[in-house]
Amino acid sequence: MLELRNVETFYGNIMALKGISLSISEGEIITLIGANGAGKSTTLMTICGLVPARRGDILFMGRPIGRMEPHEIVALGISQVPEGRRIFPLLTVTENLDMGAFLRKDRAQIARDRDHVFSLFPILKERRHQQGGTLSGGEQQMLAISRALMARPRLLLLDEPSLGLAPLVVQLIFRMIEKINEENRTTILLVEQNANMALKIAHRGYVMENGRITLEGVAASLLDNEDVKRAYLGL
Amino acid sequence: MDYFLELLLGGLTRGSIYALIALGYTMVYGIIELINFAHGEIYMIGAFTALIVASVLTMNGMTGISVLILASVVAVLYSAAYGFTVEKIAYKPLRQAPRLSPLISAIGMSIFLQNYVLLAQTSDYLPFPNLIPVLPFMEPYSQLMGSTELVIVLTTTVVTVILTLFIKFTKIGKAMRATAQDRSMAMLTGVNVNRVISNTFIIGSALAAIGGVLIASHVGRINFYIGFIAGIKAFTAAVLGGIGSIPGAVLGGLVLGWTESFATGYVSSDYEDVFAFCLLVLILIFRPAGLLGRSTAQKV
Repeated sequence: MLELRNVETFYGNIMALKGISLSISEGEIITLIGANGAGKSTTLMTICGLVPARRGDILFMGRPIGRMEPHEIVALGISQVPEGRRIFPLLTVTENLDMGAFLRKDRAQIARDRDHVFSLFPILKERRHQQGGTLSGGEQQMLAISRALMARPRLLLLDEPSLGLAPLVVQLIFRMIEKINEENRTTILLVEQNANMALKIAHRGYVMENGRITLEGVAASLLDNEDVKRAYLGL
Repeated sequence: MDYFLELLLGGLTRGSIYALIALGYTMVYGIIELINFAHGEIYMIGAFTALIVASVLTMNGMTGISVLILASVVAVLYSAAYGFTVEKIAYKPLRQAPRLSPLISAIGMSIFLQNYVLLAQTSDYLPFPNLIPVLPFMEPYSQLMGSTELVIVLTTTVVTVILTLFIKFTKIGKAMRATAQDRSMAMLTGVNVNRVISNTFIIGSALAAIGGVLIASHVGRINFYIGFIAGIKAFTAAVLGGIGSIPGAVLGGLVLGWTESFATGYVSSDYEDVFAFCLLVLILIFRPAGLLGRSTAQKV
């Protein structure tokens, strides 16, 4: 479904991605783990077109998307839940969800999808008239995921959804990620520092170091890998 | 008391015009954090366009309210096209550049447009016909407020209400607010940010053109330089109210209009600008973000 071939991305003269190749099949949960600054978020930004690749190819459903504008890429069915949640602070919860469905025109279906995300996260329904900036961190994360779902993505990119959240909320968020994957067969690319939890729900994983992919494999085998254990699982 | 009321209504008229122009400054700043110094010139071009259209129509025997409406419509379209083009030529190529670059480009655009009109038209003041018809029911109050002033205040009110509803309820309005709050996140929800920016310039320029037609009718003469002075005043109003805030621009315009009106009425017209800018300094000392401006710190 998504394929990156030798993708190189730069911030000015600094090379952030040094030739990344990865592939994701439809319906998979793939996780990208690694230390701070390894290039995980940059990978997601490059897929979305916000930080375009300087070299290499990005194919989505067989189409090259490396030169497309971000809004064109969203229209193809790729949505991102960015690091730090990035809720529109002065828009209400409902307006934030409307922004998620920005490119859609089917009003009745949008209303049904809104009800659906409210059923996934009932707290959002209670707070639907509140400004996004007044929500707690966990609520904002639920809203960020819901906003991305409102676009009906084929591929959902999640950047550090557990960052800064209480353990109970993290568990809820991860259960929801699994549920979204199972119910809609939405393909998921999950970037996480919490490697343990990420590898438990993922099918396959990639390990990144210094802008390169150093290891890849089935999630269960990565969980057993001695290097991964030492470096990322704290065992 | 009558004198006070006269100054109050005079300030309201003046402030309405400042507000109309200030809206353009504040909307553009809200979206791309740029002070569009060429905005005053767009207003001036609106006034010139209306003058040309009105002259042609009058020569062909047209009179009354239809001249005002046609001249305004053409001025709005023409100015909107100018605003759109200025953004594409002078600001869009500098989107990734340091913040000072588009600012300098804006000042350059302002000077260019002034001189363009100076060469294409004339450096002299041109008489501007009062396009706003005399409303008979205002006759008894003409000491306090004339028809022109009433039309200016009413137009500003209607335009501001429409703009507010537009930004609050339409899809384009939501996209504008989202872009103002977090541009790259707006892109990630599928907003074409370049289009949002173009829309903002088009709307702001259209408002400036309306202001241009109204004030030219009110003052009765125009030249290539009127945009500079009106622009500085409207910019002051936008900063006073809190730049980036739409209600702030309206409030700032009114406060500035009243300050000038009362300063002129009770002190001397020589001190009009002194009072206006002293007020700006005072407000910036005590409320640096402006009357309705938000401090930039936001909960993450």
